[in-house]
Amino acid sequence: MNNTEKMLDIKNLSVIYKTDLETVYAVNDVSLSLEKGATLGLVGETGAGKTTLALTLMRLLPERTGKVTNGSITFEGDSIVDLPEARMRKIRGDKIAMIFQDPMTSLNPVLTVGDQIAEALIVHNEKGLTKEQIDARVDETLTLVGIPPARKNDYPHQFSGGMRQRVVIAIALSCEPDLLIADEPTTALDVTIQAQVLMMIRDLRDRLGTSMIMITHDLGIVAQTCDNVAVMYAGEIIEVGTAEDIFTKSVHHPYTDGLFASLPNLKSKTARLQPIAGLMPDPTNLPKGCKFAPRCTKCMDICKEVPPEVFTDGTHSIRCHLYCQGKED
Amino acid sequence: MTENNAPARSAIDLLNDGEDINFKRPSQVKEILRRLKKNKGAMIGLFLLIFIILVVILADVIATYEVGVVQIPDNRLAHMSAEHPLGCDSYGRDVLSRLVHGARNSLLVAVAASISSCLFGCTLGAIAGYFGGKVDMLIMRALDIFMSIPDLLFTMVVVAALGSSIPVLIIAMTLAYFTNYVRLVRSGVLNLVDQEYVEAARAGGSSSARIIISHIIPNTLGIILVNVTLNVSSLVIYQSTLSFIGLSLPAPAPEWGSMLASARVDMLRAPLLVLFPALAIILTAFSVNLLGDGLRDAMDPRLRN
Amino acid sequence: MTEQRTPLLETVDLKKYFKVGDKSFLHAVDGINMKVYAGETVGVVGESGCGKSTLGRTILRLIEPTSGQILYNGDDITKYNPRQMKKMRQELQIIFQDPYASLDPRKSVVEIIAEYMIINKTLPTKREIYNRAARLMDVVGLARRYATAYPHELDGGRRQRIGIARALSVNPKFIVCDEPVSALDVSIQAQILNLLMDLQDDMNLTYMFVTHDLSVVKHISDNIMVMYLGQCLEFASSDELFEKPIHPYTQALLSAIPEPDIAMRNKEIKVIKGEVVSPIDPKPGCRFAARCEHCHERCLQEAPVLKEIEPGHMVACHLCDK
Repeated sequence: MNNTEKMLDIKNLSVIYKTDLETVYAVNDVSLSLEKGATLGLVGETGAGKTTLALTLMRLLPERTGKVTNGSITFEGDSIVDLPEARMRKIRGDKIAMIFQDPMTSLNPVLTVGDQIAEALIVHNEKGLTKEQIDARVDETLTLVGIPPARKNDYPHQFSGGMRQRVVIAIALSCEPDLLIADEPTTALDVTIQAQVLMMIRDLRDRLGTSMIMITHDLGIVAQTCDNVAVMYAGEIIEVGTAEDIFTKSVHHPYTDGLFASLPNLKSKTARLQPIAGLMPDPTNLPKGCKFAPRCTKCMDICKEVPPEVFTDGTHSIRCHLYCQGKED
Repeated sequence: MTENNAPARSAIDLLNDGEDINFKRPSQVKEILRRLKKNKGAMIGLFLLIFIILVVILADVIATYEVGVVQIPDNRLAHMSAEHPLGCDSYGRDVLSRLVHGARNSLLVAVAASISSCLFGCTLGAIAGYFGGKVDMLIMRALDIFMSIPDLLFTMVVVAALGSSIPVLIIAMTLAYFTNYVRLVRSGVLNLVDQEYVEAARAGGSSSARIIISHIIPNTLGIILVNVTLNVSSLVIYQSTLSFIGLSLPAPAPEWGSMLASARVDMLRAPLLVLFPALAIILTAFSVNLLGDGLRDAMDPRLRN
Repeated sequence: MTEQRTPLLETVDLKKYFKVGDKSFLHAVDGINMKVYAGETVGVVGESGCGKSTLGRTILRLIEPTSGQILYNGDDITKYNPRQMKKMRQELQIIFQDPYASLDPRKSVVEIIAEYMIINKTLPTKREIYNRAARLMDVVGLARRYATAYPHELDGGRRQRIGIARALSVNPKFIVCDEPVSALDVSIQAQILNLLMDLQDDMNLTYMFVTHDLSVVKHISDNIMVMYLGQCLEFASSDELFEKPIHPYTQALLSAIPEPDIAMRNKEIKVIKGEVVSPIDPKPGCRFAARCEHCHERCLQEAPVLKEIEPGHMVACHLCDK
């Protein structure tokens, strides 16, 4: 891992949302890195902190409440956390682009899709492109995502859901970002459309060499698109590894095991699913030991008291007492 | 965490032979009062309002009606004194007396018109929103015609036709103010009718009337209430507009709006004459708004803490 | 086989058209014939806009059908007057998709569960009704301490349990489950699916399970109906459908599921081109023709009818005639 170029390096990142009433511990001590050209899948359930992590990378946390309390983010040599807003604005959209979940609300209804793609290009127009060049680039980007350039004068409402998500992706790709963050890009889409969009994302990533963070709750999407996988729970990365580590190895964090057991199996008929008992802990009041301990079937005494260390085996890391202890004994 | 495991006993057993619960539907009024008590703003509003109501009730004890209407030339623009705590106006009438007795007229008309415009407007709005189609069309088009006539013109016609008295004023002001409620409630109902819980109620066999009473009204009450409280204050002011053009209660009946209107003439010589009725109007508006906001929050379980 | 039994619920050429504009009609449900036998689960799958939710609501007459019959135990409920229908609503219930929108935010949990019993006066006193509501909370695995809580204080899974308890409160036989788990996270989804299956066993319920999630529908259903633009394209038992999908649409649908298995990463996905066409005044011929790779002349002119290819396996496609 050390030989390849790390384009993004997150170290011990913690993010809170603080209001007068309460403090939400959204991201807790997250360390992650991403190599150039790789795709990282960030998996977790609602409230696991996936989106907060993405927003922190973009420096788009709500200003009044969201705060980075600890840690660093290094992106291509720049420290995202300390960068002045003016510099950050250049990075945002140009170097790091984000695709949001809902294609209905992330487009401006009163601008044509061509204008919306051009807007990103105009904002980041360092090369001094002429109007014609920008126009040509808009056409090119639309063709890239499979929309006939003739439709650039149409408004978002004239497109179907899947087509709109393609427009959103076109906007994100227009400046040829180095890193693309896709936050549940296909959750709002139907399965056949999802397949189209996923194939397209995969194809574009390979062709353009874009690095990608794919945020999703769907293990299927991760298996089909990602090189590396990080599983998030209650703001922590509880397991991280290559896709092979996560999907083929037998050693897992109990939460990851629980996620897999919760999925109805397409191949064999199972009478009952094995869901994880209980609920995600309250992010304003996290357990002091392992955050998964209250729901864990393999919970030991130590789990309730001491936060677990990370156990690492090659590319595969698990944050669980089960394995740390086993090593020592 | 028993709730996530498979039920150990079968559903039928649990149903036929489960434990009883001692559940009494909590009194809604008590709940609302309990939540209201925690709201400082609402409590200030409530106390101010109680104070104003007390003044209205005890008007005769505070000052006699006569000194407020009988003109004594010697007392013109008299300063504050023990006899006239707030001084006298340009006709030599006691300002305190006019203020407390005027409260009766002003508030009675404002509150009554506010309530009646609310009831009238909400009923029409609910009917239009819930039943939709032709009924909606009819009500809304009629409303459009109604709204195209300026309020003041309309009020003038009504007062001119029926003469100036408290009931006529209430009717005239109701007609001027009900239109807001129709639109407000109609759009609220239109939103709610599409909610799944309304569909759920129908799936349980609920009738339209029941759905309106038990789901739609409680869920629109918040916006209605805020509007009512805003209207009380604007109605007091509207009434002063009417006094200004001589359409309110005939002189010398005391009323805040007409006090304000007549004090205008001597504003430079006796600025306090403007101040007192203005303060009274502001105080009323303020207290009603505070209480209204507090009530809206207290009635919404989503906001309780 | 099962020909002798009367289905618990049967629809005969059920149609629901919505008027759009002056002369156009949106064919939301267009001639559905389905049979649901007591104690089984029929899954209805399809993409958004295929009319699966409308079908569920039309069967319950929450939306009045345009034409066709709905037979419950052989009796046509479309002819019922409001009073008969109110009684029938106790037999036919629904669990909604959105556990946020389907509960009145101003009512406490017990009141929500008790509502149907109060409307229908199923028990003589309020006291008994609330007692039963509390027992229903036990049945659906909702701790009693939440009895006086309000919906917004609970998470999605618990809210969905409230919805289930409310539906069960009037002792229904047939329940339309309209995407009951699609708003939930996987671990919670599994809890709710297990609950629904347990309840079915315990109370001999019959489900019509509407969903867009193919893995969920396979897990819970005995038979599956694949819907596309208001019509049924394929109907088969759950295992059969997943093993031998015949209709090109079903095949594409199944191959599009992203499977949590990296061995399948390079599998050939049958990506169907284009998107669902408008259900407003659809053209004659097969509804799927515009996206179908096997589309030929006949598909554009003549609508295929649903035919039994093998016992219990019905397909509406001209390819089957060859």
